Amino acid sequence: MTTIAGERVGAARVARGPLRRFRWGVSDTLTVVQRNLLAYLRIPEALFFSSVQPIMFVLLFRYVFGGAIHVPGVSYVNYLIPGIFVQTVAFGAVSTSIGLAEDLQKGLIERFRALPMARSAVLTGRTVADLARNVVVVLIITAVGYAVGFRIQTNVAAFVAGLLLLLLFAYALSWGFAVIGLSAPNSETAQVMSFPVLFPLTFASSAFVPVASMPSWLRGFAEHQPVSVVVDAARALMLGGPTASYVWQSVAWSVGIVVVLAPLAVRRYRRA
Amino acid sequence: MTAAIEADGLVKTFKGGVRALDGVSFAVEPGTVFGLLGPNGAGKTTAVRILTTVLRPDDGRAAVLGHDVSAEPGLVRGLFGLAGQYAAVDENLTARENLRMVGRLNHLPRGVIAERSHTLLADFALEDAADRPLKTYSGGMRRRLDLAAALVASPPVLFLDEPTTGLDPQSRLDLWRVIEGLVADGTTVLLTTQYLEEADRLASELAVVDHGRVIAAGTPAALKTDLGTTVVEIVLADDRGVAASMEALTGIGGQPPRVSGTTIELPANAGPGVAMEALRLLDQAGVVPVSFTLREPSLDDVFLTLTGRPADDRGDPASVPASAVRP
Ligand SMILES: Nc1ncnc2c1ncn2[C@@H]1O[C@H](COP(=O)(O)OP(=O)(O)OP(=O)(O)O)[C@@H](O)[C@H]1O
Ligand SMILES: [Mg+2]
Repeated sequence: MTTIAGERVGAARVARGPLRRFRWGVSDTLTVVQRNLLAYLRIPEALFFSSVQPIMFVLLFRYVFGGAIHVPGVSYVNYLIPGIFVQTVAFGAVSTSIGLAEDLQKGLIERFRALPMARSAVLTGRTVADLARNVVVVLIITAVGYAVGFRIQTNVAAFVAGLLLLLLFAYALSWGFAVIGLSAPNSETAQVMSFPVLFPLTFASSAFVPVASMPSWLRGFAEHQPVSVVVDAARALMLGGPTASYVWQSVAWSVGIVVVLAPLAVRRYRRA
Repeated sequence: MTAAIEADGLVKTFKGGVRALDGVSFAVEPGTVFGLLGPNGAGKTTAVRILTTVLRPDDGRAAVLGHDVSAEPGLVRGLFGLAGQYAAVDENLTARENLRMVGRLNHLPRGVIAERSHTLLADFALEDAADRPLKTYSGGMRRRLDLAAALVASPPVLFLDEPTTGLDPQSRLDLWRVIEGLVADGTTVLLTTQYLEEADRLASELAVVDHGRVIAAGTPAALKTDLGTTVVEIVLADDRGVAASMEALTGIGGQPPRVSGTTIELPANAGPGVAMEALRLLDQAGVVPVSFTLREPSLDDVFLTLTGRPADDRGDPASVPASAVRP
């Protein structure tokens, strides 16, 4: 039983100097990312069904609604896929709220708060893991998109730039969902609390139908809200057309969301 | 000598107006076990949460190894290990992965983490299950893993909030031995418990809390002599003689007798004379007990004297004051 105390290392584990603190911050974040990704891998059912949902959306809009939707100047499948990308990663960002609510509920956050780890690592580790998950989802949608007839109209570099843009947007949304997750009493509630935000943003947007087809009272919102801006930017990059203004606008939205909501999430985390 | 753990006038009121701590003070000598004892809702967990930087006090000061928890929380977190009241382990990871995660978040070198995990998994009898996901673990196994996680970094100070709740008797004994080993190596332990036997065996100093206040403090021995009562314990063969015995015994010994099943406890601070009189009265009533013992004070009695209710009183109908028993 004498071995159990181990070597006295406690006093040496204090971060000295900003460089050390930064290195530990990065390593803490990576540890949390790894832990979150392992959790996703341990529940393959969740991973499987979370990729089934976007595939269903592709099939639904491509084959059920698509025939009735006419978009001038472009085939509907090409119009649809950039929208599906944005809608899917936005839905994927909800996992940030569910994951944090669950950690809170199970007392893990309490344990983290009593460890000498970087304060920020729980939130960055969660949002980065959810970003990684969204990357996988985007690759799946690309494959499914190709299978149902989607073709890049520009070039691969522009297509990849479009994906990066919408992944950045999803990452920004994760911080908003973090605020919800940290305010919810449990993970189920976190999920249902996320949908009233998510639905108007993704469906009252240019993701599935041209905004011009909407009634005028809705059009004002639909045209300028961030999901439409990001969808229009992704579409321009993947299908052609003027890109600069859309791209800058969507980068501005993403950065703006992080700047406003990340400090709010951090504050919630400190109090939770 | 500075105390290893210090609480000085801690006050905490929760939203909704519950005053969980109402000026709690105590100090723990380095290399000793300190027991925080109290019934449900006494404020034990709240005190631990403040000492471990998780919760901020409304008033008062707390320090670990001389470092103020509010002024230097980052430093303090590197000095202690915590096993909270409810096991906080990651369900989706294996036991080994859980320990590795905690080791990394403590910034231990890889080699140290591997070696510590190996030792702790063995000491807490989790070796065979070490690489299974926690979903397949029993409650007691989770609890043991949680305790192991608190020890990964070999912290000089350890906070254990009801560490043996939910453990079987063997695991409880094992943990007691682990704690004794740690203390022998110089670790300071703050332990909360509702088990007086546990506090009696492990702690060299105790504070009894109730309604957010320390209502008694001292060594277990001192508390027992100051506050305990010698008790005559009478066990009957069945409950037929209980009513008659209670009637016969009421009025002697200064305090009313208490009944629990077929066991009657009679406070006997006045000395052996009480026992002699009790035997005579039982004889007159025609009751022959199965056993008749004069018991030295236990911490349970201390608790009863202090709070007016037994330590494990959770509305258990098997243990009610004599006045509540109808003949
Ligand atoms: N987060 C909270 N919000 C509101 N009230 C709380 C909160 N945490 C604890 N309390 C209240 O504070 C009081 C003290 O609680 P605490 O958990 O410290 O007791 P305890 O001594 O640990 O009890 P137990 O033996 O049941 O674990 C209780 O009345 C409890 O209801
Ligand atoms: Mg408690």
